[in-house]
Amino acid sequence: MASGLFRFSSPASFFPLAGRLVPVFGWLAALLALAGLYIGFVVAPTDFQQGESYRIIFIHVPAAWMAMFTYLVIAGWSAASFIWNTRLSAMMAQALAPTGAMFAFVSLWSGAFWGRPTWGTYWVWDARLTSTLILLFLYLGLMALRSAIEDPRRADRACAVLALVGSVNVPIIYFSVQWWNTLHQGASVSLTTAPKMAETMLAGMLVMGLAAWAYTIAASLHRVRSIILEREGHTRWAQELMR
Amino acid sequence: MIEWLSMGGYAYYVWMSYGMLAIAIIVELFSLSARRRRALELVAQTGEEANFAEEAT
Amino acid sequence: MTAGAAIAWGLRRDLALAMRSRAEIAIVLVFFVLVTSLFPLGLEPDPVLLAKIAPGIAWVAALLASLLGLPRLFAADHADGSLEQLALAPAPLPALVAGKVFAHWVATSLPLVLLAPLAGIQFGLEPGAIGILAATLLLGTPVLAWLGAIGAALTLGARGGAALLALLVLPLAVPVLVFGAGAVESSRAGLGAQAHLSLLGAGAILSVVFGPFVTALAVRISFE
Repeated sequence: MASGLFRFSSPASFFPLAGRLVPVFGWLAALLALAGLYIGFVVAPTDFQQGESYRIIFIHVPAAWMAMFTYLVIAGWSAASFIWNTRLSAMMAQALAPTGAMFAFVSLWSGAFWGRPTWGTYWVWDARLTSTLILLFLYLGLMALRSAIEDPRRADRACAVLALVGSVNVPIIYFSVQWWNTLHQGASVSLTTAPKMAETMLAGMLVMGLAAWAYTIAASLHRVRSIILEREGHTRWAQELMR
Repeated sequence: MIEWLSMGGYAYYVWMSYGMLAIAIIVELFSLSARRRRALELVAQTGEEANFAEEAT
Repeated sequence: MTAGAAIAWGLRRDLALAMRSRAEIAIVLVFFVLVTSLFPLGLEPDPVLLAKIAPGIAWVAALLASLLGLPRLFAADHADGSLEQLALAPAPLPALVAGKVFAHWVATSLPLVLLAPLAGIQFGLEPGAIGILAATLLLGTPVLAWLGAIGAALTLGARGGAALLALLVLPLAVPVLVFGAGAVESSRAGLGAQAHLSLLGAGAILSVVFGPFVTALAVRISFE
């Protein structure tokens, strides 16, 4: 069992496995997204206060969830890369970052366009939006550190340290921003006190959340295959691929 | 249909949001494919260099 | 070499080095005063407004000043190879690093604590608030020093320079900023700053306990 899974811990053996999984998760993501959008636009009723604008929630919240969750997964792979000293764990951490950053950005953008009609301004300094902004900076820091260090193995370990330090900080950051936000309750708006959730609204968000999760897996598995080729291109098995 | 697209008057906000998501995903998909292509070129190039090195010895 | 002796050794060495580059350190402090002076010029010198924004500005200036001083920590030793020697020395690296960072804090951050009253007066803060500001800087700057040390060690010899270091450290420093400035605002509002100061104190303790080990790990990584 342990040896069974560890069979795939070498880039060479993981490469074909990931290749088979990408289309599976890709199609899963597409189907879930269609289902989620159907629930979000057809089944879910119009909100009494916010009209149709609340429908942005079906991408805003799942994107924020994925941005947060992906960072934790990156921290997990980073810890694994230290514990078991596996290159592949570090490559997975590297592969997940751009997709996580993308979702953080989309969450911020959609939050702005939701805030404008609802509370009058494009930016609202509520706890979740502000924490997501800082999370985006954390992602950009990971990606910047990766590209600033030449040696891939050294970059692996440096980024792993950064990701782990960051992940310890994320709850602290969130807590401090919450505190700061409740103090300054002048702007008593919060995207967390969204319209009272009809069940269908919640269902729509959950399904879109699952779609985002499947998409992230598909995208990062595809990306890790390219990373494996970039870093292991000189090996025999990679050269065999070209024949 | 038009009525649905207008999203009760909130069309701008709703479609700017969903539109950005669509753009972001499309950009990511293009970036993934470009990275794959570059990686394969790199592998091919490494192979050629190894062949030249072999032939030289 | 025992840990205690290693800490003392690192502390003594880096303080001696700091004494020799007094000008370099003075610039960091001048930078702090300069930044705080710029804000009233960019806004309006309305006393009520200035007193209100003073804690936030003083803290942002302190953040930026602490970033400025960071390259001093490892860069010189890294360049002439003595950092590698330290990593190979029979003394525990976390202890050596702790001595270095402590010296760095004494040389660059402790003066900031003493300069806080100057910033306070510039912005018309009441004496009580100035005291709280100094206290938050005293408790918060160790956290900044350790976050900065980790960042500096991770980016040793990497491209990107000061901007990369800022990108890595500033987001992680947000809680310190929030509680540091928040403490002063809270005390000015009559609500007391105990909770903030306790949190900052807890942060200081955690950073002093864990910082040396993470920084030592980061230093070793930079030698692979």
